[in-house]
Amino acid sequence: MKNNNVIKAEKLTKKFGDFTAVNAIIFEVKKGEIFGFLGANGAGKTTAMKMLIGISIPTSGKAKVAGYDVFTDPENIKKNIGYMSQKFSLYDDLTVKENITFFGGIYGLSRKEIKAKRCQLVEELGLEEIVNELVGSLPLGWKQKLAFSVALLHEPKIIFLDEPTGGVDPITRRQFWEMIYKTANNGTTVFVTTHYMDEAEYCDRVSIMVDGRIEALDTPKKLKEQFNVNSMNDVFLKLARG
Amino acid sequence: MSISVKNITKTFKNLTAVNNISFEVKEGELFGLIGPDGAGKTTIFRILTTLLFADKGEAVVSDYDVVKDYKDIRNHVGYMPGKFSLYQDLTVEENLAFFATIFGTTIEKNYDLIKDIYIQIEPFKTRRAGKLSGGMKQKLALCCALIHKPKVLFLDEPTTGVDPVSRKEFWEMLKRLQQKGITILVSTPYMDEAALCDRIALIQDGKILKIDTPQEIVNSSPKKIYDIKADNMYKLIQSLNEYEHNYSVYPFGEFVHYTDKREDFNPQELIQYLKNKNLKNSSIKQTQITIEDAFMELAK
Repeated sequence: MKNNNVIKAEKLTKKFGDFTAVNAIIFEVKKGEIFGFLGANGAGKTTAMKMLIGISIPTSGKAKVAGYDVFTDPENIKKNIGYMSQKFSLYDDLTVKENITFFGGIYGLSRKEIKAKRCQLVEELGLEEIVNELVGSLPLGWKQKLAFSVALLHEPKIIFLDEPTGGVDPITRRQFWEMIYKTANNGTTVFVTTHYMDEAEYCDRVSIMVDGRIEALDTPKKLKEQFNVNSMNDVFLKLARG
Repeated sequence: MSISVKNITKTFKNLTAVNNISFEVKEGELFGLIGPDGAGKTTIFRILTTLLFADKGEAVVSDYDVVKDYKDIRNHVGYMPGKFSLYQDLTVEENLAFFATIFGTTIEKNYDLIKDIYIQIEPFKTRRAGKLSGGMKQKLALCCALIHKPKVLFLDEPTTGVDPVSRKEFWEMLKRLQQKGITILVSTPYMDEAALCDRIALIQDGKILKIDTPQEIVNSSPKKIYDIKADNMYKLIQSLNEYEHNYSVYPFGEFVHYTDKREDFNPQELIQYLKNKNLKNSSIKQTQITIEDAFMELAK
């Protein structure tokens, strides 16, 4: 049987001194799935994500991401995933073109590949007029759409999105989600955190972390049934503060 | 009027951050500036709290002019900026005492006002502010903004990046402060919070799109909105975007919010169209318009 999981975490744990930030979390994410990773501030989401993207060594447990072990092969994980966050995405003082070239180079694409990707991206996002503008001068919504595309330059198996739409206007937020759907439809797995509960509804499956543990994990529909409420917002409110 | 803004404009180099904005906030009102990043919300706050001069226009806060009477305004308003700006290396208690002293008062004198909020962080009063969690920093910042018993409270995106549970608690605190007679001007990018304000201004690209009560903004939206659902969300959005009669197509939670260009729109016709597009289990029903729908319609 073909193994379809691109992320598999088994009792993954991270401790800082006496404090257990992530407590034996178990979950799997399938190829092409949009997986929502939710939780209150301080629930351990960021710590868990850092372990999965290969920049923080777990204290115990096991995890494989894109087929590579988080303990022994974090460098290969980094090559096979994309990552963007609200806090850091692109260099403000480089132009659109320079950012694409720079990140293409970082991800090890050839000049020819970078050029092809750049042309494709410019056309898809309609960037013709701003390709030589500094990224810092673009509206936030544009930046985030561009950052998302840049994180996909090397055609990773999984893209990690850490609150990608925070502060973005409602129309652009939805255009962003259309990009997410398209990406998942092409077979790339999307792992996303958000504080917008309507966005939780867009995910195929959602996990909710509370105090370092995954307290719920299912499709939005089943979670709402399980908690007998009408929206993911209510599921979250019921879970996150017991 | 507690706050009165008339034709305020502010330009930075070639960017017009605030473009000829006017609005009024009544005494004791909870008024929301609702809009995304870059709408101009922070610039308005900085002008009203006397930290920035407008290029044009005038503004009055609590009967004081923001230019002529800036010193009086500073004594009578509380301001919680979007960026955490307390002293990271002072403790919780020290920060609060510092702000009380600056304003010539004591913690004891106005303790009643902050009590509800302060007791939640009191167990950590000897911890340095820099070591607090996001939610606790926010509560401390609110206490510091309240310690001189301001008439008007300015809160710039107090809930950005905060999880839904803490956001709900924060708004409950605001409601209690309002009941104590404080006028509150609050900004947020979260459209669902708009419904919790008495009145709101929807703002984008430095301009006000509309000012009214949340209920009126929803009621006056002209379009009928439909919830559409089908098995494959991505394909559903694509198919609706290709539908020649569509006016707007926006994913909205588990549904797509759809509006049609035609007056005599027949939902069953659209269902048939989706069937022909091989979408399974599609359904359509008219739904309640939200502030977010109204915002998108106005911003379109």
